Amino acid sequence: MNQNKLTRLFVASTAALAMLFSAGAAAESDWRRPWGVNLPEGVTSLSQVAYSMHMLTFWIVTVIGVAVFAGVFFSVWKYRKSQGAKPATWHHSTTVEIVWTAVPFLILLGIAVPATQAMIKMEDTSGYEMTVKVTGYQWMWEYEYLDEGIHFYSRLDRDSDRARQRNPEIRPRDVEHYLLNVDNPLVVPVNTKIRFLLTANDVIHSWWVPELGWKKDTIPGFVNEAWAEIQEPGTYRGQCAELCGRDHAFMPIVVVAKTEEDYEAWVAEQQEEVNGDVAVDDDDLSDMEMDDLMALGEDVYDNQCMACHQAGGEGMGDMFPALAGSDKVLGDRDEYKSILLDGVSGTTMQSFASLSNQELAGVLTYVRNAWGNDDDGGDVFQPADVEDAR
Amino acid sequence: MTATTHDTHDAHHHGPPPGFFKRWLFTTNHKDLGVLYMVFGLLMFFIGGAMAMVIRAELFQPGLNLVDPHFFNQMTTMHALVMIFGAVMPAFTGLANWLIPVQIGAPDMALPRINNWAFWLLPAGFVLLLATLFLPGGAPAGGWTMYPPLVLQLGDSFPFLILAVHILGISSIMGSINIVATILNMRAPGMTLMKMPMFVWAWLITAFLIVAVMPVLAGAVTMLLTDQYFGTSFFSAAGGGDPVMFQHIFWFFGHPEVYILILPAFGIVSAIIPTFARKPLFGYSSMVYATASIAFLSFIVWGHHMFTVGMPLAGQLFFMYATMLVAVPTGVKIFNWMATMWQGSMTFETPMLFSIAFVLLFTIGGLSGVMLALAPVDLQYHDTYFVVAHFHYVLVTGAVFSIMAAVYFWLPKWTGHMYDEKLGKWHFWLSTISVNVLFFPQHFLGLAGMPRRIPDYAVQFAEFNMISSIGGFVFGLAQLLFVYIIVKCVRGGQKASSGVWEGAKGLEWTLPSPAPYHTFETPPAVK
Ligand SMILES: [Cu+2]
Ligand SMILES: [Cu+2]
Repeated sequence: MNQNKLTRLFVASTAALAMLFSAGAAAESDWRRPWGVNLPEGVTSLSQVAYSMHMLTFWIVTVIGVAVFAGVFFSVWKYRKSQGAKPATWHHSTTVEIVWTAVPFLILLGIAVPATQAMIKMEDTSGYEMTVKVTGYQWMWEYEYLDEGIHFYSRLDRDSDRARQRNPEIRPRDVEHYLLNVDNPLVVPVNTKIRFLLTANDVIHSWWVPELGWKKDTIPGFVNEAWAEIQEPGTYRGQCAELCGRDHAFMPIVVVAKTEEDYEAWVAEQQEEVNGDVAVDDDDLSDMEMDDLMALGEDVYDNQCMACHQAGGEGMGDMFPALAGSDKVLGDRDEYKSILLDGVSGTTMQSFASLSNQELAGVLTYVRNAWGNDDDGGDVFQPADVEDAR
Repeated sequence: MTATTHDTHDAHHHGPPPGFFKRWLFTTNHKDLGVLYMVFGLLMFFIGGAMAMVIRAELFQPGLNLVDPHFFNQMTTMHALVMIFGAVMPAFTGLANWLIPVQIGAPDMALPRINNWAFWLLPAGFVLLLATLFLPGGAPAGGWTMYPPLVLQLGDSFPFLILAVHILGISSIMGSINIVATILNMRAPGMTLMKMPMFVWAWLITAFLIVAVMPVLAGAVTMLLTDQYFGTSFFSAAGGGDPVMFQHIFWFFGHPEVYILILPAFGIVSAIIPTFARKPLFGYSSMVYATASIAFLSFIVWGHHMFTVGMPLAGQLFFMYATMLVAVPTGVKIFNWMATMWQGSMTFETPMLFSIAFVLLFTIGGLSGVMLALAPVDLQYHDTYFVVAHFHYVLVTGAVFSIMAAVYFWLPKWTGHMYDEKLGKWHFWLSTISVNVLFFPQHFLGLAGMPRRIPDYAVQFAEFNMISSIGGFVFGLAQLLFVYIIVKCVRGGQKASSGVWEGAKGLEWTLPSPAPYHTFETPPAVK
């Protein structure tokens, strides 16, 4: 009787605990934590296949490794001259040599079979239900939902960006998800086969979210394919995995997986915003107020330019020239615009043409007027000026 | 190194020419050039090591603490180039120069003047490469793999990089041709191929690898050069080219390069373990065949560096299978070394300690290599610290440990003095413990999601990075002890006998210690 009760209590409390934990997991994955030592099982069938392949091989190589260590340590313990060991004189044995050639071969064969099956599954993008195009830039990501007409850029979040400066105003440890957070995460539905088309605009990057189970290079001029079907709502974080220049460490990836209903709601909201919001509308060429331009420009500057050209526009060495008092900034308007739109070849100054006309007008205006640059009479750039120069 | 003329038939021969510059600048003597190569390698080991210290110091804590990310990228790039082309390859070539003639009973290398030129190209190449640190815009920062389009953003350091790679490539091709010519033509009578010491075999195969793949690297970087300055578009999609093609060409060089950095190590360990186990090397002929098969396989596995670029399924499967096959001959080698120790009569002088550590720690690197071979999981491992841990186990506790073992093993033959055994053991234990503290946690970092080549990381990676950095600093400091031991041994110490080690076998141990300036001018008889 009593025991039955106890058992039921135990089962109930375990279930409650399990629910508690899984509820936590749905909000924020508990795989990313200090002292983490292993791959995630992840939330897609591909990540789970990768994980089980990983664990299988891990145990096999661990057993082999332990055997090698044990064999060597045994010899070291047993066959030492100081213990009076007399050396044998044999120096080969065909049987033994055949055995230790054949056995590893068979073990490898055993691993190769499931690995082949996994690989075939990974490459099979057929039957997808939606498509997201991912484009890598120095140093941010662009996401396009091909069927929904949603399109945005995803950059390192503001707090991380402030904390990653040298002598920062806030310490990395005080930022939640330091270097693993973005301004606009990629939002996707669960239980939907998503096809990713991956490419890049400047150099090669690599799009990697460990809990989806793979990374894929984004290569300028080529389009790669990959897929994921996420099983659980939650937030999954990753990073660029291919060295792509100075800020390679600072272009994280955040995927927010929502239930189908929540996702639908998000899509509707986005589509409304695209029509209503002025801040990111590339077609709107109407003039803006000086104050708005300066405010928007400062934002863009902090996010895009400050890392190299520094907070006060003082630059850094010859590599990143000063913008305060710069001839280029204060000189010919067209040349100044083209530096931002086309970049400067042979330097690390890349093209920022991916920004909207309004953002570019803002940053052009801001740099031309900040840090005493307006001493020579400030100068305003309007979205239409940028559009002309494109 | 004062040459003591000893034999009557040597009396009409001379020692080194008088005068420091005359001797070292113009020398065509294989022992002098061997010393030059090794001293150069040691110097570069410390320059590359200093760069590694900068890297570990920046990664000690999250946040950007010491250097700018752009400078950090210069450090990772230059660390790799300096260690591969400046430290490990020259050290092995130096060992080859010094040892191959005395191991096969030849009076010198086959092409002594080429030998001199091949060496002196090295400092020239490295002056070019290291000078980029002082250019506006700094040194190369796109990774030692030089992937376009990123590498084309370099600015002024770019042409220096290309020219330096060319010069270093020419140097190692000439050095290798010399080694092949020496081994094939200058063996003492009776020294058949299958009687050669394993170190000579390993180098014969390595030299063929170098001659085969260095020109491929030269071609790849030349295409980068013309893409940058002469309007070609080999690697630019906008002009009809393909950035991934560079990676194919680069890794067609790059994977054999990995074995160029490890096959001579196999040879060294195959000499040292039998000596201190007082038992012949187990399975000599299977060792030779295993080395040759590894070399052959190295040409058909390059795609395993590129599982994430979007190769066709069939290509990925081919490269996966071929890469897994490498484990078979590599396993044979490890089992052979174990069998050599089995029922031996072992003592544990410093070279033996380093060799045993080599066998064990190289095994760790080899086994993580098996994991990395699996394409579906490599999509997780690729470009993470798991890979960094893997190749440092192979290159540091593999290649570098074998070089240290070799130095302790042959130093008495070179200098005529025994090194300080007690300090040698200190050096061994400090290095072995710290190197594991340095690299083992990096497996965890990689699996837990930390990409490589980043100057700053999420706070979750803080603990293991700090541990790894502490290991790195201790390992770096321990190498100062190595230099001290070498200098002390060169200056004096207990007189070494000609055999030096109780179990030493081979022609070099029939020579007095230190070996005279000229040796085996009359070929020895090999039974
Ligand atoms: Cu990147
Ligand atoms: Cu490889």
